[in-house]
Amino acid sequence: MNRIKKNRFKDQAFKLWGIFCTLLGIVLLSIFIGSILVDGIQRIDWDFITSLPSRKAERAGIYTALMGSVWILVLTTIIALPVGIAAAIYLEEYAKKNKLSSLLEINISNLAGVPSIIYGLLGLEIFVRVMQMGASVLAGSFTLALLILPIVIVSTREALKAVPKSIRDASFALGASKWQTVSRQLLPASSGGILTGIILALSRAVGETAPLIVIGALAYVPFAPESPMDEFSVLPIQIFNWISRPQHGFEINAAAAIIILLFITFVMNAIAVYFRNRWQSKFK
Amino acid sequence: MRKLKEAVIEKTLLSSALVTIAVTAGIIVVLSIEAINFFREVSIIDFLTDTQWTPLFTDKHFGILPLLSGTLLTSFIAIVFAVPVGLSISIYISEYAPQSFRKTIKPALELLAAVPTVVYGFFALTVVTPFLQTFIPGLSSFNSLSAGLVMGIMIIPFISSLSEDALHAVPNSLREAGYGMGSTKLQNAFRILVPAASSGIIVSIILAISRAIGETMIVAIAAGQQPRLTLDPTVPVETITAYIVQVSLGDVQHGSLEYRTIFAAGITLFIFTFLLNTISYQIRKKFREKYE
Repeated sequence: MNRIKKNRFKDQAFKLWGIFCTLLGIVLLSIFIGSILVDGIQRIDWDFITSLPSRKAERAGIYTALMGSVWILVLTTIIALPVGIAAAIYLEEYAKKNKLSSLLEINISNLAGVPSIIYGLLGLEIFVRVMQMGASVLAGSFTLALLILPIVIVSTREALKAVPKSIRDASFALGASKWQTVSRQLLPASSGGILTGIILALSRAVGETAPLIVIGALAYVPFAPESPMDEFSVLPIQIFNWISRPQHGFEINAAAAIIILLFITFVMNAIAVYFRNRWQSKFK
Repeated sequence: MRKLKEAVIEKTLLSSALVTIAVTAGIIVVLSIEAINFFREVSIIDFLTDTQWTPLFTDKHFGILPLLSGTLLTSFIAIVFAVPVGLSISIYISEYAPQSFRKTIKPALELLAAVPTVVYGFFALTVVTPFLQTFIPGLSSFNSLSAGLVMGIMIIPFISSLSEDALHAVPNSLREAGYGMGSTKLQNAFRILVPAASSGIIVSIILAISRAIGETMIVAIAAGQQPRLTLDPTVPVETITAYIVQVSLGDVQHGSLEYRTIFAAGITLFIFTFLLNTISYQIRKKFREKYE
C-alpha cells in the first residue's frame, strides 16, 4: 500500500470511529431508557401517581414527591426569574466597561461552575439556620433559585445580544428612554430566547437532588406540602431513597418514578427546543 | 421626573446583578466560618496527612486523603473515557458530518446532559455494574469503575459541544491551506485544526474535570460509602460529595463536629473547582481575543 492509499484508509477509519463515538452515548442512553421502561412501565398507573408513600413497595406512590417538585418549580421560578432577567438586562444594556462589570462577568462564569452540592451547604446555613426557614419548600426554592441564577442570566444575555442593533437605534431615534427601549422593544423581541433559557434552567432544577438532600429535604413526607413553610420531598429524592433500599419492589418503583421524571425533563427540553427554533427563524 | 425614574430603574437592575456577588461572598463566608470552627478542633496537618476518614465512628480520624482519592479516581476514569470520545465526536461533527446529520445529532447529544444525575446513578448501579461483573468477577457491587464510566457518558456532551465550537471558530483559510497541500480531512484535523483550537479544547476538558469532581448523585449511588485510600477501581470508595450526602441523610446535630466536617469537605471541593474554573476562564478570555 502506498502512502496516499494509507492516508485515505486512515481517514475513512477515523470517519467510522467518529460515527461510532457519536452514536455511542445515544445508544447507551436508549438501552438504559429501554431497560427502565421494561422494569417500570407496568408499575405506572393512576394509583402510583396519587398514592402517598408507604413502607410496602406495592402500595407506595409518588404523590407527595410530585407535589413537592411542583411547589419547588413554581417558587424557584418566582424567585429566580425577576432577579436573573434584571441582572442580565443590567449587564447587557446598562453596564459600562469597567472593573465592576468585568468582576460581575468573572463571578457569574465562576458561579455557573460551582458544584450544586455547595449551593446546598450555602442554603443549609443561610436559609435553613440563619433565616430560620427550616427544611421547608421555601428554603429549597431559594437554594435552587441561586443555583439556576447564572444559567438564567447567561441565556437571557444571549437572547438580548441577538436583537439587532437597528431596533435599539430606531427606538432611541423616536425619543424613547433607555428603559422604554428595553421594556417595549428588547424584552418582547427577545422573549422567545429568554423563555428557552428559563425552561432549560427549570428542567435542571427539577432533576436536582444533592442540594435538597443537604438542606434536609426528607425522603418520607406523609402529606403533600400545603404552604411554603411545609417540609417536602421531591421526585429525585424519592427515587434516590427507593434505589437505596434492598427490596426488589422498590427498584421497580424507582424505575417507574424515573420514567415520570424523564418524561417531565424531556418534555421541558422539547418545549425549549421548539421555542428556540421558532425564535431563531424570526431574526434570519 | 423621567430622569429620576430611569435612575431608579438602573439602580434596581444593578442591585439584581450584585446579588450574584453576594452569592459568591455567601458561599465563601459560610464555608470559611464552619471550616475555621472545624480546624479549631482538628489540626490542619491531620486533615491533610491522616490516611483515614472516620468522623462517624467512635475512633475518629479526619484525614481528607481517602475522600480526595475517591473523588480523583472516579473523575479520572470519567475523563479518560470522555475526552477521546468527546473529542472524536467534535472532530467528526465539525469536519466530516453532513449538515443534516449534524442538525439532528446535536440536540440528541444535549439530551445526554439533560438527564438528571440521580437517573444516571440508577443506570450505573442496575445496568453497568452487573454488566461489568460478567467479565470482571472481582468487581464489588459498589465501585468507582462503573460510577466513573457513567459519569463519563454524562460529560461527553460538555466536551463535544465546547470543542466543536472551538474547531468551528478556526478560520476557513487555515482549513483550505491544509487541503491545498493535499492533506486528508484526518491530517487536517489533527495537524492544523486541533492545534489551532487547542485553547478552546483545553477549556472544555478543564470544565469537564470540574464537573466530574463536583458530581454527586452518580457516585453517591454507585461508588459506595466507604472512604479508603486506594487506586483500585473495583472496590467501594467514597467521594467528597458522597460523604456530604451521607451525613446530610443522617441525623447530625447542628454545631457538632460531625456537622462541621461537611463544610471542611465542602471547602476542599470548592477550592478545587474554583481553581479549575478560574484557569478555564482566563484561557477562554485569551482565546476570544485571538480570533476576534
